[in-house]
Amino acid sequence: MTEFEILGNKDTRSGFGEGLAELGRANEHVVALCADLTGSLKMDAFQKENPERFFQVGIAEANMISLAAGMTIGGKIPFTGTFANFSTGRVYDQIRQSVAYSRKNVKICASHAGLTLGEDGATHQILEDIGMMKMLPNMTVIVPADHNQTKQATIAIAAHEGPVYLRFGRPVMPIFVKPDANFVIGKADVLTVGTDVTIIACGHLVWKSIEALKTLEEAGISVELINMHTIKPLDTDAIMKSVGKTGCVVTAEEHMLNGGLGDSVAQFLSRTNPVPQEYVAVNDTFGESGTPMELMTKYGIDTQDVVNAVRKVLARKNA
Amino acid sequence: METTALQHIASQVRRDIVRMVAGVNSGHPGGSLGCADFLTLLYFDELHHDAENFTMDGIGQDLFFLSNGHISPVWYSVLARAGYFPVNELETFRKLSTRLQGHPSTDKKLPGIRMASGSLGQGLSVAIGAAQVKRLNKDNTLVYCLHGDGELQEGQIWEAAMYAAARKVDNVIATIDCNGRQIDGDVDDVISLGDLHAKWAAFGWEVLTMDGHNFTDMKNTMAKAKSLCGHGKPVVILMKTEMGQGVDFMMGSHKWHGVAPNPTQLEDALGQLEETLGDY
Repeated sequence: MTEFEILGNKDTRSGFGEGLAELGRANEHVVALCADLTGSLKMDAFQKENPERFFQVGIAEANMISLAAGMTIGGKIPFTGTFANFSTGRVYDQIRQSVAYSRKNVKICASHAGLTLGEDGATHQILEDIGMMKMLPNMTVIVPADHNQTKQATIAIAAHEGPVYLRFGRPVMPIFVKPDANFVIGKADVLTVGTDVTIIACGHLVWKSIEALKTLEEAGISVELINMHTIKPLDTDAIMKSVGKTGCVVTAEEHMLNGGLGDSVAQFLSRTNPVPQEYVAVNDTFGESGTPMELMTKYGIDTQDVVNAVRKVLARKNA
Repeated sequence: METTALQHIASQVRRDIVRMVAGVNSGHPGGSLGCADFLTLLYFDELHHDAENFTMDGIGQDLFFLSNGHISPVWYSVLARAGYFPVNELETFRKLSTRLQGHPSTDKKLPGIRMASGSLGQGLSVAIGAAQVKRLNKDNTLVYCLHGDGELQEGQIWEAAMYAAARKVDNVIATIDCNGRQIDGDVDDVISLGDLHAKWAAFGWEVLTMDGHNFTDMKNTMAKAKSLCGHGKPVVILMKTEMGQGVDFMMGSHKWHGVAPNPTQLEDALGQLEETLGDY
């Protein structure tokens, strides 16, 4: 059995806050903007330590994105912080024109993504943001898996020249990425080596997939689990190598089936090595109020859904 | 620079504008002609800038952002005439692979442009962000931006206006091209802006007015605007202009907002505009 050491339990947004605070100390060019959600985004430490480099913009996200774009002129590296919904859909045109098309060095940092925002309900549970962001030319899209990886990704994107969308969330989840792990944008983490099936997951679904491993391994299924923390640019080498060996794939994400990680994987495989693929994702529906874990179960992105998808894809492969 | 010298340049800029849009039978001559005098004054008399050594960061130089990107013809002409790129390149406006895109972009790396614009309402926020960074960088140069009056119907403008006053961003000078026209008709008929002077004042800005076709008035107003900088408030200039200024049949209506003249109309227009610096 593959054992994963649990290093603690924390939310990914706190990883962002810690990473940003570290950047504040290490890089004088980093500035941060927030639209009235400083506490929710865990930006307090940066704000406290760097008041002259922190810009509270109030509830005005469109202004925030364009301000950030302007702040790149003169050499700053702006990090914007608000919920994922208000970081993308609400400001798509500002991002499109002033950030992506203009190729500005803005880091759009989005918390409370997906269903696991929980009780606030569907108005705030964006499940389309990965799709919107990955469609923009020049945009890098990153969905780290746990607290430690979110911190590492936050630090890594400051050193990357160009627009980045960094997506993380609210629930407290197990930490399994080592604190000293090396985060490389566009380079997937292979968590387990296997031969029967490839699971490609991102965000909270990486942990759900780790949970699914137990059942699958007990059933004698050899799983190659890949943490695809960068959706764009996609690590196609890792996919090619793994799927070439296993011959089938399950993708798992806290996002709409349309436009998500699974879409990116399918688009690549359909042109290079078409194999059976099953999706663990939300299928064309809005969420609702509930606890994060209740919602993951109800909307089909829980541990058991990963197990079921693996069984289904193996049946197709072996048919 | 003497007023006659500025008028001399502005006349050529107007010729460039009508020739550019006629050359591709598309583009926006009306607002471009209306802002020809202002942008000529800005680039030839006001801005601290270095046309031959353009840098994206513009450290130690005044910055200009065109928020109403559809009047790109006037900006391109003024930039070229000021030495940012070869005047002959104006001929490529809106043509395949050109650096002179229909609306300004940084994508093709045209010197002089620091931000794409076209989707309206974003440039004030951009200018304010750049102005705040100038303060962080202890750079005492200024940030200028230009907006259409119709553009003020975009809500983001007022988010930015509120923010700049609240944060005391006092190194930005915004100018509003008050020609009173937009695509569908007169601004007052489409959606009235009400008392614009009172609105900006209520939002906490220093508000000045000027005649966008009177160089003496513009010089005096710009001097006043600069003297107001550094005193805790952002500055806006409501600039009265005539859409289509300089070409009689384009003035007095919104009709020429986004329509190019045909060959006969072009000839008529060029007959009214003296060739001063030489056509491209």
